[in-house]
Amino acid sequence: MSIQSKKSTDKKVKATKKSIPAFEWKYAPAPESTDHIDIKPQYELFIGGKFVKPATSEYFETTNPANNKVLSSIAKAGASDVDKAVKAARKAYAQSWQKMPARERGKYLYRIARLIQERAREFAVIETLDGGKPIRESRDIDIPLAANHFFYYAGWADKLPYAFPNRKPMPLGVAGQIIPWNFPLLMAAWKIAPALATGNTVVLKPAETTPLTALKLAELIQEAGLPEGVVNVVTGFGDTGAALVNHASVDKIAFTGSTPVGKYIQKAIAGTGKKVTLELGGKAANIIFDDAPIDQAVEGIVNGIFFNQGHVCCAGSRLFVQENIASTVIAKLKRRMKTLVVGDPMDKNTDIGAINSAAQLKKIQHYIQLGQQEGAEIYQTDQALPDKGLFCKPTLFLGTSQSHRIVQEEIFGPVLTIQTFRTIEEVIEKANNIPYGLSAGVWTDKGSKIFNLSNRLRAGVVWANTYNKFDPASPFGGYKESGFGREGGLHGLYPYVQFEH
Amino acid sequence: MSMLHHPVDQTGVEERIARFNTRSIKKESKLQGLRLALSMIDLTTLEGKDTAGKVRQMCYKAMHLADDLPDIPQVAAVCVYPNHVKTAKIALGESGIKVASVATAFPSGNSSRKIKLEDTKMAVGQGADEIDMVISRGAFLAGDVQFVSDEIAAIKDACGEARLKVILETGELSTLDNIRRASVLAMQSGADFIKTSTGKIQPAATMPVTLVMLEAIRDYYDETGIMIGMKPAGGISTAKSALQYLVMLYETLGPEWMSNEWFRFGASSLANDILLQLGKEKMGVYYSPDYISKD
Repeated sequence: MSIQSKKSTDKKVKATKKSIPAFEWKYAPAPESTDHIDIKPQYELFIGGKFVKPATSEYFETTNPANNKVLSSIAKAGASDVDKAVKAARKAYAQSWQKMPARERGKYLYRIARLIQERAREFAVIETLDGGKPIRESRDIDIPLAANHFFYYAGWADKLPYAFPNRKPMPLGVAGQIIPWNFPLLMAAWKIAPALATGNTVVLKPAETTPLTALKLAELIQEAGLPEGVVNVVTGFGDTGAALVNHASVDKIAFTGSTPVGKYIQKAIAGTGKKVTLELGGKAANIIFDDAPIDQAVEGIVNGIFFNQGHVCCAGSRLFVQENIASTVIAKLKRRMKTLVVGDPMDKNTDIGAINSAAQLKKIQHYIQLGQQEGAEIYQTDQALPDKGLFCKPTLFLGTSQSHRIVQEEIFGPVLTIQTFRTIEEVIEKANNIPYGLSAGVWTDKGSKIFNLSNRLRAGVVWANTYNKFDPASPFGGYKESGFGREGGLHGLYPYVQFEH
Repeated sequence: MSMLHHPVDQTGVEERIARFNTRSIKKESKLQGLRLALSMIDLTTLEGKDTAGKVRQMCYKAMHLADDLPDIPQVAAVCVYPNHVKTAKIALGESGIKVASVATAFPSGNSSRKIKLEDTKMAVGQGADEIDMVISRGAFLAGDVQFVSDEIAAIKDACGEARLKVILETGELSTLDNIRRASVLAMQSGADFIKTSTGKIQPAATMPVTLVMLEAIRDYYDETGIMIGMKPAGGISTAKSALQYLVMLYETLGPEWMSNEWFRFGASSLANDILLQLGKEKMGVYYSPDYISKD
């Protein structure tokens, strides 16, 4: 559209922003209440339907990363505790769960889903206290999605013959499931729901920095009256996870976490006949073309990298912007970053909360330093961070290239690297030029370009004109060193079944 | 390349709106926002049955929203048909409240250029400080953007010193892409303000539409250094909704636009809901709407 404007702009009095007294509007604190939350001073292991003290007699503390206060003491499971849990799961598998009519299993899953919904606020607050993510996210995303996963797989429980026509799907047995600290309850739901729906029993190992919602889920499962031992929760560190991986009576390992641990697991189970699915790291390309809806793309960039402080395996951490719009997009992105509220995760207005652990903050800070040493231009907003707690400013690195380590390695924090590109071939090559392949984003108004890229990007999930969208019905998983196996959707049933030959 | 013309993604816009609406505005920031919203209102009566008496009553209300409450600002303007401009002007006297008048064969805009110009000149001649014109939506949808642009430029000339608000009537433009195009067209052709709606067509103002227009204003400022004002009109009737619009304004255009010089609410019943909220802050309880005058 081109028009010839008859208006002469010099006639108009130019109002520059400087001549105007700015109206400064600070949002008053709006903290979510914690009055209704019940966190016990100490949590035991959940084995065989009961909370039991660990044989190790050892406990570790879980803290609130926003203020470093201790929330609770958590039992540390040793090898003998893991053994007890696996035996309880085996017994439950053989005596009740496997034999139960599928629709009865479905009823239990529906019940869990409903109870999560009923106690959504409690779960959201605890998730935020224990993990540091903004209450807005745990309230609006984590907890509702966790409930939805149980609802979704509850529906499949008695319909498996339709999922696998002309084949007879059977459960595997006992699944050992190890989950990360970035979406504690949601990952527990991703793991437990399909396993139970297909008739398996579970030993779940939550992350050591975020065990509380998994333990609350254990309480809820007890309340829901699931047969004893169908779900067991063993808390602890890496050695607890290793004991679970190496236990001879586990039939299947499902792991979400870092690529090095994923490699360890694959080595450990080689030759054992255990089935495995791994959902590992990522370093996703988020690609903005010059025909994109620019303002919405800027939102997608923000959502891609600053969602959950960037503690997201599928985070859009490598931004590729077409060169002819780069300066506009970057200016818009910087301006948008100034409106992000960084601080108390419990405040309803907080956009970016606390970094999950001191170790993770150290890692992120290391990369922020490294990026500067590598000669990339750093941009951070000038807002102050809280005095206490673990926080990191949202960070951009401009002028980066494919050879920078900050571009190649997963940072797992609110740090975005920005590269420009000229042609579609160039950006596809660069996007795929990484050992990971979990996700990617494409921003263009042109449908044919979306289909072209989604075919050629080696990524398990390609989002078009959106980012970080999750749905129980949609499979999620990686290529290359981002792992294998899919979670969610019909695909998410496969890793938990075997077929009669 | 000029960034004034780029596509708009409806889903993305709606998601952004959802984020604005999760902002929790409490305590002092709420009071600050509500007072600001009051001062941004164009108190409006645009009815066939309008009379001088009705206009005079509304003008008194504009100056005295609630004399029993502390620190209540005046509204920004009253908005009337051209034949009531003189009445409003006299009634408002030296209050500083502006008189805005719709013109250009409001609300349809279906008339000749000549009559539209006469309509505008009459309103300005009677003392209107601001003219709210409508664009020719038919011509715009038929692709004759040059016609629409020329018309806006001609009306702008006829406005003289009066500020020109250009009503896009977004409820008739069908897509957010069209709304962005029309916004840019209006700004390039001489609009001082762009405005969503006449209030006679549904939907009138919505947050997605307003966001797209605010983003167009932002991009236009980036490219030209010229500030353009924004006026969502029609359908904004609650204090909560006004605060959500202000959050959107604040996070999109920034603090410089947070004044009635650059942002207006075209509304008739919004003021009373805000007064109810401010009254609650004073009294600690909601009082009856019967305590608030209905003009």
